[in-house]
Amino acid sequence: MKKRSKNSCGRRGEKIFSNVCIIPSLAGVLIFFLIPFGIVIYYSLISNPVTKDFVGMDNYKDLLQNSAFKQASKNTAMFSSIAVPLAVIIPMWLAVILERSIPGKSVFRTFFLSPLMVPTASVVLVWQVLFHNHGTINQVVEKFGGNPVDWLNSSYGIFVIILMFLWKNIGYNMILFMSALGGIPKDIIEVAELEGASKFYQFFHIKLRYLSPTILFVLILSLISSFKIFREVYLLTGNYPFDRLYMLQHFMNNTFEKLNYQKLSTAAVLFSLVMIVVIAILLISEHFFGKDVEN
Amino acid sequence: MIAKKRQHFFNIVIGVFIGISAILFIMPTLLTIANSFMTSNEISANYGAMLGNMTDDKKVFISENVNLKFIPDKATLSQYKNVLFKNPEYLFKFWNSTILTVPITLFQLAIAVLTSYGFSRYNNKVKNLIFFAYIILMIMPYQVTLVPNYLVADKLGFLEDINNTGIWKMLSEMKVMEDTTIISLKQRLAIILPGIFSPFSIFLLTKVMRRIPISYVEAAKLDGATEWQIMTQIYLPMCKSALVSIGMLVFIDYWNMVEQPIILMKDSELHPLSVFLSQVNTGDIGLAFAVGTVYMIPTILMFLYGEDYLVEGITAGGIKG
Repeated sequence: MKKRSKNSCGRRGEKIFSNVCIIPSLAGVLIFFLIPFGIVIYYSLISNPVTKDFVGMDNYKDLLQNSAFKQASKNTAMFSSIAVPLAVIIPMWLAVILERSIPGKSVFRTFFLSPLMVPTASVVLVWQVLFHNHGTINQVVEKFGGNPVDWLNSSYGIFVIILMFLWKNIGYNMILFMSALGGIPKDIIEVAELEGASKFYQFFHIKLRYLSPTILFVLILSLISSFKIFREVYLLTGNYPFDRLYMLQHFMNNTFEKLNYQKLSTAAVLFSLVMIVVIAILLISEHFFGKDVEN
Repeated sequence: MIAKKRQHFFNIVIGVFIGISAILFIMPTLLTIANSFMTSNEISANYGAMLGNMTDDKKVFISENVNLKFIPDKATLSQYKNVLFKNPEYLFKFWNSTILTVPITLFQLAIAVLTSYGFSRYNNKVKNLIFFAYIILMIMPYQVTLVPNYLVADKLGFLEDINNTGIWKMLSEMKVMEDTTIISLKQRLAIILPGIFSPFSIFLLTKVMRRIPISYVEAAKLDGATEWQIMTQIYLPMCKSALVSIGMLVFIDYWNMVEQPIILMKDSELHPLSVFLSQVNTGDIGLAFAVGTVYMIPTILMFLYGEDYLVEGITAGGIKG
């Protein structure tokens, strides 16, 4: 009896210790993120911080009619909807290829991963040289008899940005797919091979099912990093880019400059809602695919 | 036999293709480094067209086109000399980057060790809910989190140019620090503090810690180890490589930062080099490649020494659990 009570007492102490461990972090998160986010929600519902009149959804209605916000959302959505699927498909394909016995595999891995560790700001000049109006790409285009385009100051700008995004993120995603491919049970592939399944069949009917949780994870990660594309745009073109490259973060920056708390708060709340809905949709769809694998 | 030959041929084609794309991937980095050894004149001659308004005192031929060159005509260290000895502002901006990134990385990791330990031992509903909230917070982009960050920084007086509220007033009156030092400290804290509490490394480290077999803990307990000892003498050593890799990911993320300084630092003197480089590129093109190269040295070194750790860290995030 004595021993047990001592044991359970020790156990309670351990539980308390493990709870105390998260307090510093929780305090920081509350102070710097959660509580102020509550204030942000409150600000999005009032007319201004001085009179504090409750205006309901008015700020949201105003924001949704704001042409700069619409342009920024459209551009960001357009960019993400092209760049994110590519950032899933290309690395998956590379990972499948690198599964084969190719000499120098680890060197290739290093090369593909290296852009992750190179600060964007360091290499931005090379990108500018490549895509300048009189730059390298246009010179090549002219040589082959094509018409040069002013990449950064036209609607083609989005392609440059997508390329930079893929350059930076492909390696990271490829590593995730490589480790997922390595986790597929070997015997299943062997059986498939014995039964004469083509590589094509093996990929689409066996491997893809095992990869589906990783695909979801990579999709979410790439979606998050796609919202950081402002860095590249800012470094390439500064605060006032061509219309098509005007991203949500540009809109936020300009609103910060004017210190319009209502607009800022409303945009932040709206954006967080969109993110939660998108992630929820992804997770629910994973729930269905995930079942598929386990059976 | 024929099928095998065809397979072999196919492998070579794919190998060559992968090889070419891999080389294209490191090209921008290599070009930056190679160009950093050019003389300023050569750079102006090749890239002057990008500036449009070159001044007359540089009497060099400027072609209308921008010529990307790989091998410098004459390799010199003159760009580096200019960056390191003649223009202290670059080193100062490099220091700005360091003073922001290093504390964020170290303290974020320290908090992550403590918190992840808490999350990986004795779970209950409340803790699971908190962990879920952390994941939601982690996926929120800057466009969302910077607004709350700004509000807090404003409330705590981080954004003021004078020291007349709260603890800042006290510090100023006690004359322990110059007023300007306090102001720059405040602006840096406005970025460092939210960075420290950003939940990214907690998420990854918790995943790693949850995979540590419970038998280790039980064995240690039989030997009379306390919880603190289990954390520092079992969990910590077992997570060493994970910590290195998470540290690298956090470091590069903040070394790259652009959004936070633009919004939270009114004083552009304090901006990190990542923000300042875009201005170097348009202003002093003769130095830009060398500055860019200097800026990538810390992260490239980390990558060369810790690539396997990095891969391990990336993989840890992908494993379910």
